[in-house]
Amino acid sequence: MKVRLLDLAHARSGDKGDTANVGVIALQPRWYPVLEKYLTRDRVAEHFAGLITGGVERFELPNLNALNFLLHGALDGGGTLSLKTDAQGKVFSTALLRMVVDVPDAEAVAVGLTGE
Amino acid sequence: MTAPTQMFTRVARPERIVRVAAGQGFWGDWLEAPRRQVEGGPVDYLMLDYLAEVTMSILQKQKERDANMGYARDFVGAVDSVLGGIAERGVRVVANAGGVNPPACAAAVRQVAVKRGVSDRVRIGVVTGDDLLPRIDELLSQGHPLANMDTGEPLSTVRDRVLSANAYIGSVPIVEALSRGANIVITGRSTDTALTMGPLRFEFGWRADDWDRLAAGIIAGHIIECGAQCSGGNCLYDWQNIPDLANVGYPIVEGSADGTFVIAKHPNTGGRISVQSVSEQLVYEMGDPHSYITPDVVADFTSIRLEQVGEKRVRVFGIKGRPPTDKLKVSIAYRAGFKAVGTLVYAWPDALAKAQLADRVLRERLDRLSLRFDSVLTEFVGASATHGRLAGEAHDPPEVQFRIGVRGEDKAAVERFTREIVPLVLNGPPTVTGFAGGRPKVEEIVAYWPALIDKQVVRTKVEVLS
Repeated sequence: MKVRLLDLAHARSGDKGDTANVGVIALQPRWYPVLEKYLTRDRVAEHFAGLITGGVERFELPNLNALNFLLHGALDGGGTLSLKTDAQGKVFSTALLRMVVDVPDAEAVAVGLTGE
Repeated sequence: MTAPTQMFTRVARPERIVRVAAGQGFWGDWLEAPRRQVEGGPVDYLMLDYLAEVTMSILQKQKERDANMGYARDFVGAVDSVLGGIAERGVRVVANAGGVNPPACAAAVRQVAVKRGVSDRVRIGVVTGDDLLPRIDELLSQGHPLANMDTGEPLSTVRDRVLSANAYIGSVPIVEALSRGANIVITGRSTDTALTMGPLRFEFGWRADDWDRLAAGIIAGHIIECGAQCSGGNCLYDWQNIPDLANVGYPIVEGSADGTFVIAKHPNTGGRISVQSVSEQLVYEMGDPHSYITPDVVADFTSIRLEQVGEKRVRVFGIKGRPPTDKLKVSIAYRAGFKAVGTLVYAWPDALAKAQLADRVLRERLDRLSLRFDSVLTEFVGASATHGRLAGEAHDPPEVQFRIGVRGEDKAAVERFTREIVPLVLNGPPTVTGFAGGRPKVEEIVAYWPALIDKQVVRTKVEVLS
Protein backbone atom coordinates (compact mmCIF):
# COMPACT_ATOMS: atom_id res chain seq x y z
CA MET A 1 0.00 0.00 0.00
CA LYS A 2 1.28 3.47 -0.86
CA VAL A 3 0.95 5.90 2.05
CA ARG A 4 1.70 9.59 1.85
CA LEU A 5 4.15 10.58 4.57
CA LEU A 6 2.02 13.71 5.00
CA ASP A 7 -0.79 11.43 6.24
CA LEU A 8 1.55 9.56 8.58
CA ALA A 9 3.66 12.24 10.23
CA HIS A 10 4.22 15.89 10.99
CA ALA A 11 7.64 17.52 10.89
CA ARG A 12 9.81 20.53 11.63
CA SER A 13 13.14 21.44 10.08
CA GLY A 14 16.00 23.79 10.85
CA ASP A 15 19.69 24.36 10.18
CA LYS A 16 23.18 23.97 11.59
CA GLY A 17 25.59 25.51 9.14
CA ASP A 18 25.20 23.82 5.75
CA THR A 19 23.20 20.93 7.24
CA ALA A 20 19.41 20.87 7.41
CA ASN A 21 17.73 18.73 10.02
CA VAL A 22 14.25 17.31 9.59
CA GLY A 23 12.48 15.91 12.64
CA VAL A 24 9.62 13.63 11.58
CA ILE A 25 6.99 12.79 14.20
CA ALA A 26 4.33 10.08 13.81
CA LEU A 27 0.80 11.52 13.85
CA GLN A 28 -0.22 8.55 16.02
CA PRO A 29 2.12 6.64 18.34
CA ARG A 30 1.13 3.32 16.72
CA TRP A 31 2.46 4.59 13.39
CA TYR A 32 5.97 5.18 14.72
CA PRO A 33 7.12 1.60 14.01
CA VAL A 34 6.04 2.07 10.38
CA LEU A 35 8.25 5.15 10.15
CA GLU A 36 11.15 3.40 11.83
CA LYS A 37 10.91 0.45 9.46
CA TYR A 38 10.17 2.12 6.12
CA LEU A 39 11.48 5.69 6.37
CA THR A 40 15.04 4.50 6.06
CA ARG A 41 18.18 6.57 5.66
CA ASP A 42 18.61 5.27 2.11
CA ARG A 43 15.02 6.06 1.17
CA VAL A 44 15.43 9.66 2.39
CA ALA A 45 18.79 10.01 0.63
CA GLU A 46 17.12 8.85 -2.61
CA HIS A 47 14.24 11.33 -2.07
CA PHE A 48 16.65 14.27 -1.78
CA ALA A 49 19.13 13.06 -4.44
CA GLY A 50 20.31 16.02 -6.51
CA LEU A 51 18.90 18.49 -4.01
CA ILE A 52 21.66 18.07 -1.41
CA THR A 53 25.39 17.62 -1.95
CA GLY A 54 26.24 15.55 1.13
CA GLY A 55 25.05 12.43 2.90
CA VAL A 56 22.07 11.67 5.12
CA GLU A 57 22.14 10.53 8.76
CA ARG A 58 19.18 9.12 10.71
CA PHE A 59 18.59 9.05 14.47
CA GLU A 60 15.69 7.38 16.29
CA LEU A 61 13.70 8.93 19.14
CA PRO A 62 11.07 6.29 19.99
CA ASN A 63 10.29 8.25 23.17
CA LEU A 64 8.92 11.07 20.99
CA ASN A 65 7.68 8.76 18.19
CA ALA A 66 10.15 10.66 16.05
CA LEU A 67 13.05 10.25 13.64
CA ASN A 68 15.66 12.93 13.09
CA PHE A 69 17.36 13.24 9.71
CA LEU A 70 20.47 15.29 9.01
CA LEU A 71 20.79 16.35 5.39
CA HIS A 72 24.34 17.49 4.78
CA GLY A 73 25.18 20.04 2.10
CA ALA A 74 21.54 21.10 1.86
CA LEU A 75 21.76 24.86 2.16
CA ASP A 76 24.18 26.25 -0.49
CA GLY A 77 26.78 26.88 2.22
CA GLY A 78 24.20 27.77 4.86
CA GLY A 79 23.50 30.85 6.94
CA THR A 80 24.63 34.10 5.38
CA LEU A 81 26.57 32.45 2.51
CA SER A 82 23.48 30.85 1.02
CA LEU A 83 21.68 32.39 -1.96
CA LYS A 84 18.61 30.20 -1.43
CA THR A 85 15.18 31.46 -0.41
CA ASP A 86 15.19 28.78 2.27
CA ALA A 87 18.72 29.46 3.50
CA GLN A 88 17.88 28.09 6.95
CA GLY A 89 16.16 24.91 5.87
CA LYS A 90 12.84 25.89 7.38
CA VAL A 91 10.69 24.13 4.79
CA PHE A 92 12.65 20.94 4.21
CA SER A 93 10.06 19.55 6.63
CA THR A 94 7.27 19.44 4.08
CA ALA A 95 9.69 18.62 1.25
CA LEU A 96 10.26 15.33 3.08
CA LEU A 97 6.55 14.88 3.79
CA ARG A 98 5.98 14.81 -0.01
CA MET A 99 7.39 11.30 0.02
CA VAL A 100 5.14 8.30 -0.59
CA VAL A 101 6.07 5.29 1.53
CA ASP A 102 5.46 1.66 0.52
CA VAL A 103 3.97 -0.29 3.42
CA PRO A 104 2.90 -3.96 3.03
CA ASP A 105 -0.91 -4.12 3.07
CA ALA A 106 -1.20 -6.36 6.12
CA GLU A 107 1.05 -4.13 8.22
CA ALA A 108 -0.73 -0.98 7.08
CA VAL A 109 -4.20 -2.34 7.80
CA ALA A 110 -3.09 -3.60 11.23
CA VAL A 111 -2.34 -0.01 12.34
CA GLY A 112 -5.35 1.55 10.62
CA LEU A 113 -3.61 3.09 7.61
CA THR A 114 -5.81 3.57 4.55
CA GLY A 115 -3.35 4.55 1.85
CA GLU A 116 -3.11 7.28 -0.76
CA MET B 1 -6.28 14.28 23.31
CA THR B 2 -6.66 16.54 26.36
CA ALA B 3 -6.91 15.35 29.94
CA PRO B 4 -8.62 17.12 32.83
CA THR B 5 -6.34 19.51 34.68
CA GLN B 6 -7.01 17.76 38.01
CA MET B 7 -4.62 15.03 36.87
CA PHE B 8 -1.76 17.35 37.68
CA THR B 9 -2.55 17.57 41.43
CA ARG B 10 -0.76 14.33 42.12
CA VAL B 11 1.77 15.42 44.77
CA ALA B 12 0.87 15.07 48.43
CA ARG B 13 2.37 18.34 49.66
CA PRO B 14 2.41 21.66 47.86
CA GLU B 15 5.51 21.75 45.76
CA ARG B 16 7.63 24.81 45.12
CA ILE B 17 7.36 25.84 41.49
CA VAL B 18 9.72 28.26 39.77
CA ARG B 19 8.29 29.91 36.67
CA VAL B 20 10.64 30.93 33.86
CA ALA B 21 8.86 32.77 31.05
CA ALA B 22 10.26 33.13 27.53
CA GLY B 23 9.91 36.65 26.12
CA GLN B 24 12.07 36.67 22.97
CA GLY B 25 13.21 33.85 20.71
CA PHE B 26 15.60 35.93 18.60
CA TRP B 27 16.53 39.56 17.99
CA GLY B 28 13.54 40.70 15.96
CA ASP B 29 10.88 38.76 17.87
CA TRP B 30 7.51 40.22 18.94
CA LEU B 31 8.05 43.42 20.94
CA GLU B 32 4.81 42.81 22.88
CA ALA B 33 5.89 39.45 24.27
CA PRO B 34 8.04 40.47 27.30
CA ARG B 35 5.34 42.74 28.74
CA ARG B 36 2.61 40.17 28.09
CA GLN B 37 4.65 37.52 29.92
CA VAL B 38 5.24 39.70 32.99
CA GLU B 39 1.71 41.11 33.20
CA GLY B 40 -0.33 38.09 32.10
CA GLY B 41 0.07 36.03 35.28
CA PRO B 42 2.62 34.90 37.87
CA VAL B 43 6.22 34.51 36.69
CA ASP B 44 9.51 34.51 38.60
CA TYR B 45 11.93 34.98 35.71
CA LEU B 46 11.76 36.50 32.26
CA MET B 47 14.21 34.85 29.86
CA LEU B 48 15.13 36.73 26.67
CA ASP B 49 17.24 35.12 23.94
CA TYR B 50 18.59 37.55 21.34
CA LEU B 51 21.56 35.82 19.74
CA ALA B 52 21.59 33.73 16.58
CA GLU B 53 24.74 32.40 14.95
CA VAL B 54 25.66 35.52 13.00
CA THR B 55 24.18 38.12 15.34
CA MET B 56 27.50 38.55 17.15
CA SER B 57 29.25 39.69 13.97
CA ILE B 58 26.55 42.26 13.19
CA LEU B 59 26.97 43.59 16.72
CA GLN B 60 30.75 43.62 16.35
CA LYS B 61 30.42 45.81 13.24
CA GLN B 62 28.18 48.20 15.19
CA LYS B 63 30.69 48.35 18.03
CA GLU B 64 33.49 49.20 15.58
CA ARG B 65 31.49 52.22 14.44
CA ASP B 66 30.46 53.27 17.95
CA ALA B 67 32.14 51.99 21.12
CA ASN B 68 28.85 52.33 23.05
CA MET B 69 27.04 49.91 20.71
CA GLY B 70 27.33 46.18 20.07
CA TYR B 71 24.36 44.87 22.08
CA ALA B 72 20.73 44.02 21.25
CA ARG B 73 19.09 47.42 21.55
CA ASP B 74 15.57 45.93 21.59
CA PHE B 75 16.43 44.74 25.10
CA VAL B 76 16.44 48.28 26.50
CA GLY B 77 12.84 48.76 25.35
CA ALA B 78 11.92 45.31 26.67
CA VAL B 79 13.26 46.16 30.13
CA ASP B 80 11.44 49.48 30.04
CA SER B 81 8.17 47.64 29.28
CA VAL B 82 8.57 45.31 32.31
CA LEU B 83 10.25 47.63 34.86
CA GLY B 84 7.08 47.64 37.00
CA GLY B 85 7.21 43.86 37.31
CA ILE B 86 10.92 43.95 38.17
CA ALA B 87 10.68 46.76 40.73
CA GLU B 88 7.28 45.98 42.31
CA ARG B 89 6.87 42.22 42.05
CA GLY B 90 10.41 40.93 42.10
CA VAL B 91 10.47 39.42 38.59
CA ARG B 92 14.07 38.81 37.54
CA VAL B 93 15.34 39.06 33.97
CA VAL B 94 18.05 36.94 32.34
CA ALA B 95 19.13 37.83 28.79
CA ASN B 96 22.06 37.35 26.41
CA ALA B 97 21.33 40.85 25.09
CA GLY B 98 24.86 42.02 25.91
CA GLY B 99 26.17 40.74 22.60
CA VAL B 100 29.78 41.88 22.20
CA ASN B 101 29.36 44.73 24.69
CA PRO B 102 27.53 43.70 27.90
CA PRO B 103 28.83 46.71 29.91
CA ALA B 104 27.35 49.18 27.38
CA CYS B 105 24.07 47.25 27.45
CA ALA B 106 24.07 47.47 31.26
CA ALA B 107 24.70 51.21 31.12
CA ALA B 108 21.76 51.71 28.76
CA VAL B 109 19.49 49.63 30.99
CA ARG B 110 20.60 51.54 34.04
CA GLN B 111 19.73 54.82 32.32
CA VAL B 112 16.19 53.57 31.78
CA ALA B 113 15.90 52.57 35.45
CA VAL B 114 17.13 56.01 36.52
CA LYS B 115 14.71 57.75 34.19
CA ARG B 116 11.82 55.73 35.64
CA GLY B 117 12.92 56.41 39.22
CA VAL B 118 13.48 52.75 40.16
CA SER B 119 17.28 52.56 40.01
CA ASP B 120 17.42 51.74 43.75
CA ARG B 121 15.47 48.55 43.06
CA VAL B 122 17.46 47.39 40.05
CA ARG B 123 20.70 45.45 40.44
CA ILE B 124 22.32 44.60 37.14
CA GLY B 125 24.60 41.57 36.84
CA VAL B 126 27.03 41.67 33.92
CA VAL B 127 28.67 38.51 32.63
CA THR B 128 31.78 38.91 30.46
CA GLY B 129 34.73 36.78 29.40
CA ASP B 130 33.17 35.04 26.41
CA ASP B 131 34.76 37.50 23.97
CA LEU B 132 37.92 35.88 22.59
CA LEU B 133 38.59 38.40 19.80
CA PRO B 134 41.23 40.38 21.77
CA ARG B 135 43.01 37.09 22.61
CA ILE B 136 42.79 35.36 19.28
CA ASP B 137 46.44 35.70 18.18
CA GLU B 138 47.60 34.70 21.65
CA LEU B 139 45.38 31.60 21.47
CA LEU B 140 46.58 30.66 17.97
CA SER B 141 50.22 31.08 19.00
CA GLN B 142 49.61 28.88 22.06
CA GLY B 143 48.58 26.09 19.71
CA HIS B 144 44.79 26.35 19.74
CA PRO B 145 43.98 25.88 16.03
CA LEU B 146 40.30 26.94 16.33
CA ALA B 147 39.72 24.68 13.35
CA ASN B 148 36.37 24.83 11.59
CA MET B 149 34.22 22.05 13.10
CA ASP B 150 32.55 21.39 9.74
CA THR B 151 35.51 21.55 7.35
CA GLY B 152 38.55 20.98 9.60
CA GLU B 153 40.38 24.03 8.19
CA PRO B 154 42.55 25.91 10.71
CA LEU B 155 41.47 29.47 11.55
CA SER B 156 44.79 30.80 10.26
CA THR B 157 43.37 30.49 6.70
CA VAL B 158 40.89 33.32 7.40
CA ARG B 159 42.59 35.02 10.37
CA ASP B 160 42.85 38.46 8.73
CA ARG B 161 39.13 38.43 7.97
CA VAL B 162 37.87 37.52 11.45
CA LEU B 163 35.26 39.94 12.83
CA SER B 164 34.25 38.35 16.11
CA ALA B 165 35.01 35.28 18.23
CA ASN B 166 32.94 34.31 21.26
CA ALA B 167 32.90 31.19 23.39
CA TYR B 168 29.49 29.78 24.22
CA ILE B 169 29.35 29.94 28.01
CA GLY B 170 27.08 28.05 30.36
CA SER B 171 24.98 28.58 33.47
CA VAL B 172 27.72 29.06 36.12
CA PRO B 173 28.16 32.86 35.78
CA ILE B 174 24.39 33.35 35.58
CA VAL B 175 23.93 31.43 38.84
CA GLU B 176 26.69 33.53 40.42
CA ALA B 177 25.09 36.82 39.32
CA LEU B 178 21.71 35.73 40.71
CA SER B 179 23.22 34.56 44.00
CA ARG B 180 24.88 37.98 44.37
CA GLY B 181 21.47 39.63 44.15
CA ALA B 182 21.25 40.70 40.53
CA ASN B 183 17.68 41.07 39.29
CA ILE B 184 18.69 41.79 35.70
CA VAL B 185 21.44 39.52 34.36
CA ILE B 186 23.03 40.56 31.07
CA THR B 187 25.39 38.17 29.32
CA GLY B 188 27.28 38.02 26.05
CA ARG B 189 27.35 34.72 24.16
CA SER B 190 25.67 32.55 26.78
CA THR B 191 24.05 29.48 25.29
CA ASP B 192 20.35 30.00 24.70
CA THR B 193 19.56 27.12 27.05
CA ALA B 194 21.67 28.45 29.96
CA LEU B 195 19.33 31.44 30.23
CA THR B 196 16.59 29.05 31.45
CA MET B 197 18.74 26.47 33.21
CA GLY B 198 20.65 29.14 35.20
CA PRO B 199 17.61 30.41 37.13
CA LEU B 200 16.33 26.86 37.81
CA ARG B 201 19.76 25.73 39.00
CA PHE B 202 20.08 28.77 41.25
CA GLU B 203 16.58 28.42 42.75
CA PHE B 204 16.84 24.70 43.42
CA GLY B 205 20.54 24.59 44.30
CA TRP B 206 21.31 21.81 41.80
CA ARG B 207 24.88 20.61 42.19
CA ALA B 208 27.40 20.88 39.37
CA ASP B 209 27.38 17.07 38.97
CA ASP B 210 23.62 16.56 39.20
CA TRP B 211 23.63 15.57 35.52
CA ASP B 212 19.98 14.55 35.20
CA ARG B 213 18.60 17.76 36.70
CA LEU B 214 21.04 19.97 34.79
CA ALA B 215 20.04 18.17 31.58
CA ALA B 216 16.38 18.75 32.45
CA GLY B 217 17.10 22.48 32.82
CA ILE B 218 18.81 22.48 29.42
CA ILE B 219 15.89 20.74 27.75
CA ALA B 220 13.46 23.14 29.41
CA GLY B 221 15.58 25.89 27.86
CA HIS B 222 15.59 24.25 24.44
CA ILE B 223 11.78 23.99 24.48
CA ILE B 224 11.20 27.69 25.24
CA GLU B 225 14.26 29.34 23.65
CA CYS B 226 12.41 29.96 20.37
CA GLY B 227 9.49 31.65 22.12
CA ALA B 228 6.10 30.78 20.66
CA GLN B 229 7.56 28.10 18.41
CA CYS B 230 6.54 25.55 21.09
CA SER B 231 3.17 27.11 21.89
CA GLY B 232 1.44 27.08 18.52
CA GLY B 233 3.68 29.28 16.37
CA ASN B 234 5.10 27.67 13.21
CA CYS B 235 3.32 24.47 14.26
CA LEU B 236 2.51 22.14 11.36
CA TYR B 237 0.36 19.71 13.36
CA ASP B 238 -3.31 20.68 12.98
CA TRP B 239 -2.27 24.25 12.13
CA GLN B 240 -5.71 25.14 10.76
CA ASN B 241 -7.27 24.76 14.21
CA ILE B 242 -4.69 26.42 16.45
CA PRO B 243 -6.74 29.13 18.17
CA ASP B 244 -6.15 32.87 18.27
CA LEU B 245 -2.57 33.17 17.02
CA ALA B 246 -2.99 36.96 17.02
CA ASN B 247 -3.01 36.69 20.81
CA VAL B 248 -0.49 33.83 21.06
CA GLY B 249 0.78 33.00 24.55
CA TYR B 250 4.54 32.60 24.87
CA PRO B 251 5.69 29.56 26.86
CA ILE B 252 6.46 29.33 30.56
CA VAL B 253 8.51 26.59 32.25
CA GLU B 254 7.04 25.65 35.63
CA GLY B 255 10.08 23.97 37.13
CA SER B 256 10.25 21.66 40.15
CA ALA B 257 13.23 20.79 42.33
CA ASP B 258 13.32 17.20 41.07
CA GLY B 259 14.00 18.36 37.51
CA THR B 260 10.54 17.68 36.13
CA PHE B 261 8.68 20.61 34.66
CA VAL B 262 5.50 21.65 32.91
CA ILE B 263 5.34 23.79 29.77
CA ALA B 264 2.41 26.18 30.19
CA LYS B 265 1.23 29.64 29.12
CA HIS B 266 -0.83 32.39 30.64
CA PRO B 267 -4.64 32.12 30.74
CA ASN B 268 -6.61 34.00 28.09
CA THR B 269 -3.88 33.72 25.50
CA GLY B 270 -4.00 32.02 22.11
CA GLY B 271 -1.88 29.33 20.57
CA ARG B 272 -1.62 25.76 21.79
CA ILE B 273 0.61 23.73 24.07
CA SER B 274 0.33 20.06 23.23
CA VAL B 275 2.56 16.99 23.02
CA GLN B 276 2.72 17.68 19.27
CA SER B 277 3.65 21.36 19.54
CA VAL B 278 6.35 20.59 22.10
CA SER B 279 7.64 17.61 20.07
CA GLU B 280 8.04 19.80 16.99
CA GLN B 281 10.17 22.23 18.99
CA LEU B 282 12.21 19.42 20.56
CA VAL B 283 13.36 18.17 17.15
CA TYR B 284 14.08 21.70 15.86
CA GLU B 285 17.75 22.20 14.94
CA MET B 286 18.55 18.81 16.46
CA GLY B 287 21.75 16.93 15.71
CA ASP B 288 22.52 13.61 17.42
CA PRO B 289 19.70 13.36 20.00
CA HIS B 290 21.78 11.20 22.33
CA SER B 291 24.33 13.98 22.80
CA TYR B 292 23.07 17.53 23.06
CA ILE B 293 26.35 19.05 24.21
CA THR B 294 26.37 22.16 26.40
CA PRO B 295 29.05 23.69 28.63
CA ASP B 296 27.32 22.31 31.76
CA VAL B 297 26.08 18.87 30.76
CA VAL B 298 25.39 16.54 27.84
CA ALA B 299 21.62 16.03 27.61
CA ASP B 300 20.02 12.91 26.14
CA PHE B 301 16.94 13.79 24.10
CA THR B 302 16.04 10.09 23.78
CA SER B 303 15.20 10.07 27.51
CA ILE B 304 12.54 12.79 27.37
CA ARG B 305 8.97 11.82 28.27
CA LEU B 306 6.00 14.04 27.46
CA GLU B 307 2.51 13.90 28.94
CA GLN B 308 -0.50 16.13 28.30
CA VAL B 309 -1.64 17.11 31.82
CA GLY B 310 -4.10 19.86 31.04
CA GLU B 311 -5.72 21.51 28.08
CA LYS B 312 -2.72 23.83 27.65
CA ARG B 313 -0.09 22.03 29.72
CA VAL B 314 2.55 19.42 28.90
CA ARG B 315 4.57 17.72 31.62
CA VAL B 316 8.19 16.81 30.80
CA PHE B 317 10.05 14.19 32.83
CA GLY B 318 12.48 11.26 32.75
CA ILE B 319 15.42 13.31 31.44
CA LYS B 320 18.94 11.92 31.66
CA GLY B 321 22.24 13.75 31.43
CA ARG B 322 25.95 13.00 31.68
CA PRO B 323 29.18 14.98 32.20
CA PRO B 324 30.12 17.59 29.61
CA THR B 325 33.24 17.56 27.46
CA ASP B 326 36.36 19.58 28.31
CA LYS B 327 35.75 21.90 25.32
CA LEU B 328 33.60 24.94 24.67
CA LYS B 329 32.18 25.77 21.28
CA VAL B 330 33.36 29.06 19.83
CA SER B 331 31.30 31.16 17.44
CA ILE B 332 33.61 32.97 15.01
CA ALA B 333 32.47 35.32 12.28
CA TYR B 334 34.61 36.31 9.28
CA ARG B 335 34.22 38.38 6.12
CA ALA B 336 33.51 36.06 3.17
CA GLY B 337 32.94 38.20 0.10
CA PHE B 338 29.79 39.80 -1.25
CA LYS B 339 26.37 38.83 -2.49
CA ALA B 340 23.22 40.29 -4.00
CA VAL B 341 19.81 38.86 -4.84
CA GLY B 342 17.34 40.39 -7.30
CA THR B 343 13.76 39.52 -8.21
CA LEU B 344 11.19 40.19 -10.95
CA VAL B 345 7.63 38.89 -11.22
CA TYR B 346 6.28 37.39 -14.50
CA ALA B 347 2.51 37.04 -15.02
CA TRP B 348 0.22 34.54 -16.76
CA PRO B 349 0.14 33.14 -19.35
CA ASP B 350 3.33 31.03 -19.45
CA ALA B 351 4.77 32.84 -16.43
CA LEU B 352 7.35 30.15 -15.76
CA ALA B 353 8.56 30.03 -19.38
CA LYS B 354 8.97 33.82 -19.38
CA ALA B 355 10.90 33.73 -16.11
CA GLN B 356 13.12 30.96 -17.52
CA LEU B 357 13.80 33.03 -20.62
CA ALA B 358 14.68 36.04 -18.43
CA ASP B 359 17.16 33.83 -16.57
CA ARG B 360 18.84 32.71 -19.82
CA VAL B 361 19.01 36.29 -21.13
CA LEU B 362 20.47 37.65 -17.90
CA ARG B 363 23.07 34.90 -17.61
CA GLU B 364 24.19 35.46 -21.20
CA ARG B 365 24.64 39.17 -20.49
CA LEU B 366 26.63 38.44 -17.32
CA ASP B 367 28.88 36.14 -19.40
CA ARG B 368 29.43 38.80 -22.07
CA LEU B 369 30.47 41.24 -19.35
CA SER B 370 32.98 38.59 -18.23
CA LEU B 371 31.68 38.82 -14.67
CA ARG B 372 32.88 35.93 -12.55
CA PHE B 373 31.16 34.72 -9.41
CA ASP B 374 31.74 31.85 -6.97
CA SER B 375 28.07 31.02 -7.25
CA VAL B 376 25.00 32.04 -9.28
CA LEU B 377 21.66 30.63 -8.14
CA THR B 378 18.28 30.96 -9.86
CA GLU B 379 14.96 30.06 -8.25
CA PHE B 380 11.46 30.33 -9.68
CA VAL B 381 9.35 31.27 -6.68
CA GLY B 382 5.85 29.89 -7.10
CA ALA B 383 7.09 27.02 -9.25
CA SER B 384 10.00 25.27 -7.56
CA ALA B 385 12.00 27.53 -5.26
CA THR B 386 11.91 25.66 -1.98
CA HIS B 387 11.17 22.04 -2.89
CA GLY B 388 13.06 21.84 -6.18
CA ARG B 389 12.12 18.92 -8.44
CA LEU B 390 10.04 17.41 -5.61
CA ALA B 391 7.41 20.07 -6.35
CA GLY B 392 6.61 18.50 -9.73
CA GLU B 393 5.23 20.39 -12.75
CA ALA B 394 3.80 23.87 -12.21
CA HIS B 395 0.45 24.14 -14.04
CA ASP B 396 0.61 27.60 -15.58
CA PRO B 397 0.45 29.52 -12.30
CA PRO B 398 -0.91 33.09 -12.18
CA GLU B 399 2.58 34.45 -11.59
CA VAL B 400 6.14 33.31 -10.97
CA GLN B 401 8.90 35.26 -9.27
CA PHE B 402 12.27 35.04 -10.99
CA ARG B 403 14.85 35.24 -8.23
CA ILE B 404 18.57 35.26 -8.98
CA GLY B 405 21.50 35.69 -6.64
CA VAL B 406 25.26 35.85 -7.02
CA ARG B 407 28.11 35.46 -4.57
CA GLY B 408 31.79 36.27 -4.99
CA GLU B 409 34.92 37.97 -3.69
CA ASP B 410 34.83 40.74 -6.32
CA LYS B 411 32.56 43.49 -5.00
CA ALA B 412 32.58 45.37 -8.32
CA ALA B 413 31.27 42.29 -10.15
CA VAL B 414 28.44 41.86 -7.65
CA GLU B 415 27.70 45.57 -7.93
CA ARG B 416 27.49 45.31 -11.74
CA PHE B 417 25.18 42.31 -11.47
CA THR B 418 22.67 44.42 -9.49
CA ARG B 419 22.43 46.79 -12.48
CA GLU B 420 21.62 44.05 -14.98
CA ILE B 421 18.24 42.98 -13.57
CA VAL B 422 15.83 45.92 -13.88
CA PRO B 423 16.68 46.54 -17.59
CA LEU B 424 14.92 43.22 -18.31
CA VAL B 425 11.63 45.00 -17.62
CA LEU B 426 11.94 46.79 -20.97
CA ASN B 427 14.43 44.65 -22.87
CA GLY B 428 13.45 41.10 -21.82
CA PRO B 429 10.40 38.80 -21.85
CA PRO B 430 6.90 40.34 -21.52
CA THR B 431 4.31 40.86 -18.72
CA VAL B 432 6.83 41.60 -16.00
CA THR B 433 6.33 43.62 -12.85
CA GLY B 434 7.39 43.71 -9.20
CA PHE B 435 10.51 45.81 -9.70
CA ALA B 436 9.52 48.73 -7.45
CA GLY B 437 12.50 48.17 -5.17
CA GLY B 438 14.87 49.00 -8.05
CA ARG B 439 18.40 47.64 -7.92
CA PRO B 440 19.10 45.14 -5.16
CA LYS B 441 21.66 45.98 -2.48
CA VAL B 442 25.13 44.49 -2.36
CA GLU B 443 25.71 42.85 1.01
CA GLU B 444 29.01 41.93 2.57
CA ILE B 445 28.83 38.30 3.66
CA VAL B 446 29.75 37.63 7.25
CA ALA B 447 30.08 33.87 7.54
CA TYR B 448 30.00 31.58 10.54
CA TRP B 449 33.00 29.53 11.63
CA PRO B 450 32.24 27.10 14.46
CA ALA B 451 35.26 25.90 16.46
CA LEU B 452 36.18 24.29 19.78
CA ILE B 453 38.50 25.49 22.51
CA ASP B 454 39.75 24.04 25.79
CA LYS B 455 37.34 25.00 28.53
CA GLN B 456 40.07 26.14 30.92
CA VAL B 457 41.16 28.86 28.49
CA VAL B 458 37.90 30.78 28.90
CA ARG B 459 37.57 32.80 32.11
CA THR B 460 34.18 34.36 32.70
CA LYS B 461 33.71 37.31 35.00
CA VAL B 462 30.63 38.48 36.89
CA GLU B 463 30.10 42.04 38.03
CA VAL B 464 27.01 43.18 39.92
CA LEU B 465 26.36 46.91 39.62
CA SER B 466 24.55 48.38 42.60
